[in-house]
Amino acid sequence: MIPTAFDYARATSLDDAIARLQAAGGAGKLLAGGHSLVPLMKLRLSEPAVLIDIGHIPDLAGIRESDGVVEIGANTRHHDVATSALLRERCPVVADTAAVIGDPQVRNRGTLGGSLAHADPAADYPAAMLAVDADLHLKGPGGWRVVKARDFFQGVFTVDLAADEILAKVTFAASRASAYAKLHQRASRFAIVGVAAALETGGGIIRTARVGLTGAASSPSRLAGVEAALAGQPATAAAAAAAARGAGDGVSELNADIHGSAEYRRAMIPVFTRRALEAALARAGG
Amino acid sequence: MTSSPVLPKLVGQRVKRREDPRLIQGRGTYVDDVKIAGLQHLAFKRSDIAHGRILAIDTSAAEALDGVEAVFTGAQIAELLGPMPIGTPFPSPEHRAVAADIVRYVGEPVAVVVARDRYVARDAADAIAVDYEPLPAVVDPEEAMSGRPALLHADFPNNHAVGPLPAGTGVGGDGTVDDTAIDQAFADAEVVVSQRMVNHRLAPTSIEPRGVVAHYEPGKDTLTIWSSTQNPHILRTFIASLTGLGQDQVRAIAPEVGGGFGSKINIYGEEYVAAAVSKRLGLPVKWVEDRSEAFLTTIHGRDILAYVDLAARRDGTVLGLKLRLVADIGAYNMLLTAAIPTLTMTMASATYAIPAIRATLTEVFTNKTPTDAYRGAGRPEAIYFVERGMDMLARELGMDPAELRRRNFIRPDQFPYTTQTGAVYDSGDYDKVLDRALEKAGWEQLKAERDAAQAEGRLVGLGLSMYVEICGVGPSSGLPTGGWEHAQVTVERDGRISATTGASPHGQGNETTFAQMLADQFGVPFDHVTIRHGDTAVVKQGIGTFGSRSQAVGGAALHLAGGKVKAKMAKFAAALLEAHEADLVFENGRIAVAGAPAAAKSFAEVAAYAHRPIKLPAGLEPGLSDEAFFEPSNNTYPFGCHIALLEIDRDTGEPRLLRMVAVDDAGHLINPLIVEGQIHGGLAQGIGQALVEEVVYGADGQPLTGSFMDYAIPRASDFPRFELDNTVTPTPVNPLGAKGVGEAGTIGSTPCVVSAAVDALRGLGVKHIDMMLRPERLWRIIQGGQA
Amino acid sequence: MAQVSITVNGKRRSADVEPRLLLVHFLREHLNLTGAHVGCDTSQCGACTVLLDGRSAKSCTIFAVQADGAEVTTIEGLADGDRLHPLQEGFWEEHGLQCGYCTPGMIMSAVNLLNDNPAPTEQDIRDGLDGNLCRCTGYQHIVNAVQHAAGRTREG
Repeated sequence: MIPTAFDYARATSLDDAIARLQAAGGAGKLLAGGHSLVPLMKLRLSEPAVLIDIGHIPDLAGIRESDGVVEIGANTRHHDVATSALLRERCPVVADTAAVIGDPQVRNRGTLGGSLAHADPAADYPAAMLAVDADLHLKGPGGWRVVKARDFFQGVFTVDLAADEILAKVTFAASRASAYAKLHQRASRFAIVGVAAALETGGGIIRTARVGLTGAASSPSRLAGVEAALAGQPATAAAAAAAARGAGDGVSELNADIHGSAEYRRAMIPVFTRRALEAALARAGG
Repeated sequence: MTSSPVLPKLVGQRVKRREDPRLIQGRGTYVDDVKIAGLQHLAFKRSDIAHGRILAIDTSAAEALDGVEAVFTGAQIAELLGPMPIGTPFPSPEHRAVAADIVRYVGEPVAVVVARDRYVARDAADAIAVDYEPLPAVVDPEEAMSGRPALLHADFPNNHAVGPLPAGTGVGGDGTVDDTAIDQAFADAEVVVSQRMVNHRLAPTSIEPRGVVAHYEPGKDTLTIWSSTQNPHILRTFIASLTGLGQDQVRAIAPEVGGGFGSKINIYGEEYVAAAVSKRLGLPVKWVEDRSEAFLTTIHGRDILAYVDLAARRDGTVLGLKLRLVADIGAYNMLLTAAIPTLTMTMASATYAIPAIRATLTEVFTNKTPTDAYRGAGRPEAIYFVERGMDMLARELGMDPAELRRRNFIRPDQFPYTTQTGAVYDSGDYDKVLDRALEKAGWEQLKAERDAAQAEGRLVGLGLSMYVEICGVGPSSGLPTGGWEHAQVTVERDGRISATTGASPHGQGNETTFAQMLADQFGVPFDHVTIRHGDTAVVKQGIGTFGSRSQAVGGAALHLAGGKVKAKMAKFAAALLEAHEADLVFENGRIAVAGAPAAAKSFAEVAAYAHRPIKLPAGLEPGLSDEAFFEPSNNTYPFGCHIALLEIDRDTGEPRLLRMVAVDDAGHLINPLIVEGQIHGGLAQGIGQALVEEVVYGADGQPLTGSFMDYAIPRASDFPRFELDNTVTPTPVNPLGAKGVGEAGTIGSTPCVVSAAVDALRGLGVKHIDMMLRPERLWRIIQGGQA
Repeated sequence: MAQVSITVNGKRRSADVEPRLLLVHFLREHLNLTGAHVGCDTSQCGACTVLLDGRSAKSCTIFAVQADGAEVTTIEGLADGDRLHPLQEGFWEEHGLQCGYCTPGMIMSAVNLLNDNPAPTEQDIRDGLDGNLCRCTGYQHIVNAVQHAAGRTREG
């Protein structure tokens, strides 16, 4: 219940935060909403010496779209993503995902950037970011760098983010035919298996599909086999079900705990892939 | 001016609680809200292994921290405190509040820090280094019964804490066992169902964790202890005994208590340590449990497995029941640990006239948190085993599960009914409660709906359970503390009424229900009555609130005390009014002569006279205050019928409760609103056991459910709207006819939810599924695997 | 130590605190506002829920320094003088509490819920209270309490 002591600084800008990270020399940790980090600190599973609060940096939160590209600031809270009219209309998979993270209070405080940078293998957002093929915009001492979501997640709590870099925003092309489906772990509300799907359809055909998986394995991944199986297929529930059938086959490093064995998780991947695809298809052409 | 409104009768009414205004405004005082100048905070260093020998403890780094007042190891605490006593007559191994040589479960304290605030205290506890020699962890109770892989306590061979202990038909008071009748029952059987069943381990998880403030005042040589306890008087007795103080020198206070569910009956090591450390240092100290500590160190509940054999004729008549019980009680005996599983034997007959029963109980030590009373405490286990067995029998015989049960009910004319395991059921009408439940649920239609859903391929199932349980605990013969309750009623000088009860509540609403009773008894306004509780300096005597006893025993004591004061008040009023006591009526805040309403005195007038009695009527002492101890002649045995409709997601195995019908009979109800709340809460916990709650240990004795991240308790979204009804069969055991209701919902709901799940999967040939109904477990069955 | 200044229930409160001081302990220990309770250490139970800049938040998962400059409303600040908030009335009328420990957090969450959705369905209410655990009531009377308050707010 009690964290270890640390020094605290409130960053006034991204550059200020980066300078403070550098000054902390690896002992620093960024604090945004704090809803991934603070519980770990209270259990003393994380003991940073310096916390740099980026929660008050101006212009780091917000959702906007220009030229078909949606941008979400890293400090945007889950609640704001879940209830964004723009996202619900233009890219519902992201709003879907935010709406089933944790609980209302967690959604009121937790942020997109905090969740992605923390990279809990059971977190919801990574699947959605993979499905929309998001660009993650990182700022470091040398300036900006853009990493694809599929390259960002590298393992359990491990991401492509240097100790002096900050995830500032994500951008992605809006995908109307998209949805997220999740098997809740009933105590923590994290994902045992979460699948996000984003489809590009036209003329009754699925032109391209991107399917992101979280919860099931040590790090989130794209379900390439499902994506390939869907491309060019009719935009029907039957095609979705057929493509989903083998969704769990190639997934490696499956997680296992009292809430679900590796075998169960593997079996749930096609179930939630099908559900996500069906929900996405229901939104196609709308 | 003398005219007063006609007061409505309050008993039986849905009266809003008077506890609520403070609680809904954040003005309640729970133990963590208590502050005293100079208060120090305790933190415990706890074992992080399940079983091991302490080789060395280094406290120097902790002692060096700024703000640390003192550090005590187990050996140092042993100089202040003897071994912790228990409250049952069973033999018990030595149990120290802080372990000095061997640790036997993860979370067992090995040292305690005293520091200026809880932050420093936690830092210091973390700075203590302990070197252990690991010993093999004993985790599986059936393996443990043969002494493998280790013995927990040298004097308890094969890790047997209790037993094998027989009960039932043919078992003599001297322990002799005659198997003739039970063997004959099984020889005569046309059908026998046999099943191993597990009633798994649970964490009580009151939302307020435990906590204690101890304040020894050296100049006065007195100790005041605030604790989140269900029974401050019992706490006082035990604390005084272990700290070497007299009971007159110890004052125990239960402030607002944030739930208990049995887990706050116990007197825990942390409470003894707080008292001893405060006495040693002459400083007030506080300890409040973290949730992650609570999962390790507050008692767990249930954890009994049973081999159930039910013998019957093909017409459904049950001839005999065998229950071989193995209780995994964890590492030590706590206050009532050893007694709880014996209640499972006591209730083995459930609602049925079973002519031959053989129950055998073995309690086993393992390297886990000790178990003890958790809501229902022994009775839910009995009902679970028997009701699941009855359900299996109904399936085996192709009978309607309601009809099978009805065929075996104890009939109303058989009460009081003595079961084969010695319980004496006070009163009951099981047909009536079953009929009401079937009607409320629409049983026949529900069956048709279930069949139609199953025909569509949906996994929908229907479950029904009867229950009877023990409430109003219970005569002094059954409790080492005494089984009575105490009340004092005083008509104050201004005519208002104050009363005390030893039934110290933690959410039950006694301030409201007891005020309803006294207001009716004296014919005064509800808001002229104040009920006090939870402070041994104010409440002269008491036992506490557990075993659904506060109304049936505490309420009865209050009623008796009120009757004494009322009788005395009538004597004073008779003198004032120059009338006969027998002609007086108490109503609308006045005492009047029947038939002559003008001849009346207000309560204030009579009270003023009683406190300055010029002149004193012959044979009377001044004042209007009296007390009563109520010793019940028996427990009460409330009962009911619960019905659940449940659907399992064929793809994921996730169960979803669709309907929950509960018809309960708790005798006369004082406040139906509060009773409903009690039943709702009980249902939630009973359903929770079936669907979402389970304490799990790894093979190394490490707990895998150490926080709310892994141990779920139900959320609002887990439930449909509960559908309640009741019947009223009064008890003859107390003057109120009230049986008690606190645990009812927990008992009937669990088996009926599991039976509904089994019913949903009946097409797959499933006969039984052990709880908890994890989605993966159900999914495997759907996939054709093992239950 | 860090200087914080937080507006709590309309009053500005300043103090020097350790950066690791949790907001719930700032409220409880420094301001003696003991209505927010601590029921877990992993951000599940919701007993510590307060409004932070108008939205429900678990004060055990926020450092006081993070709330520097913010506005906090606790259960103690909900009533308007002697007039109870409709949700407080609802909890009283409908017996929405037993031991009362989860109640302040439950009510503050319900405030957030009704602010977002003044006419919730029963399922909306159950889902909206997902961040609050109650062990006593089985939630049914809590649902009734929120419905009661929603009705009153709409009438009012």
